Amino acid sequence: MEESSGAAKELTFEVWRGGEDGHFASYTVPHQEKQTVLDAVTYIQRRLDPSLSYRFACRIGMCGSCAMMVNGAPRWTCRTNAARIAKDRKIRLAPLRNLPVIKDLVTDMTVFFEKWQKASGTFVPSEPGASEFAAVAPESKERKAASAGIECIGCGVCYAACDVVKWNPDYLGPAQLNRAWTLVNDVRDADRKGHLAAVAVDAGCHACHSHQNCTTYCPKGLNPTESIAGLKRATMSAALKGDL
Amino acid sequence: MTGRVELWLYIAQRVSAMVLAPLVLVHLATIVYAIRDGLSAAEILSRTQGSILWAGFYGLFVVAAAVHGTIGLRVILREMTPWRGKSLNVAAIGFCLVVLFLGFRAVEAVT
Repeated sequence: MEESSGAAKELTFEVWRGGEDGHFASYTVPHQEKQTVLDAVTYIQRRLDPSLSYRFACRIGMCGSCAMMVNGAPRWTCRTNAARIAKDRKIRLAPLRNLPVIKDLVTDMTVFFEKWQKASGTFVPSEPGASEFAAVAPESKERKAASAGIECIGCGVCYAACDVVKWNPDYLGPAQLNRAWTLVNDVRDADRKGHLAAVAVDAGCHACHSHQNCTTYCPKGLNPTESIAGLKRATMSAALKGDL
Repeated sequence: MTGRVELWLYIAQRVSAMVLAPLVLVHLATIVYAIRDGLSAAEILSRTQGSILWAGFYGLFVVAAAVHGTIGLRVILREMTPWRGKSLNVAAIGFCLVVLFLGFRAVEAVT
């Protein structure tokens, strides 16, 4: 009962409307306990302005579809407490940085997933049709390195946080390189050299400046910078041995 | 090696950095040591002239600095300006050659 006045129970949302050259529109949303930013966006869309476009699916931090810029920082909005992130009871929402805007809070993720393919983010089975589970020692160096990066949900938060993507739109991106690193360490994968070759390109892993914005903002607590550093070492080692 | 230009530039920049680090430290230490009784051209030349060791030391310094500086400058230009492609690479090689020329001229003058 600490907030008794009506005004104190409200939050103001400034929400990006339109495409690349849109504007911010202001909405007042009643504040509820444990309300997430995504809850508030849903309230706006259902009660205040049904023309508002945004993406979400699971609402529990699994699917990676509700990421947006919240007060200038990329976040998964379904796991972001609205009152806690508000500044003077205001929250500014914009579509994810570094991606083309389709409308309002929805970005075009095509380039994000195209780069996933470019970075050879696809598992290449060494034993197609194998009926037995591959035995991979949980304590092995490769398994640990793969495990450290494997929980990526593809939300695009790291991609939006990355300054190298901003400066060089061709840069493959932290999520994509992190994925490649998990495959390089997957002992079941048949094409380690192919994965390394895919990232040892212009605007590949060597373009990373290790700013660690990706690591700072990753909602899953992953460390793409460390994965990229691993790729730099692995590609360098392969090149010096004449394997690349 | 072909087609892996960025990877080899990355390696060259790291290797040149590893070479530069001790050279810079020795260079700085020498400066502190050399000026303890005042700084004069004659004093510097008496130490460096005819010395194969100092010629080799600063020759290596020039090569490492030229390689390291050129790669770094090229990266900065590619990120901060729209300048890319062959013309940038030619300009970077030109910059490297200028640094090498000026550096070796200086080395030759004092040794």
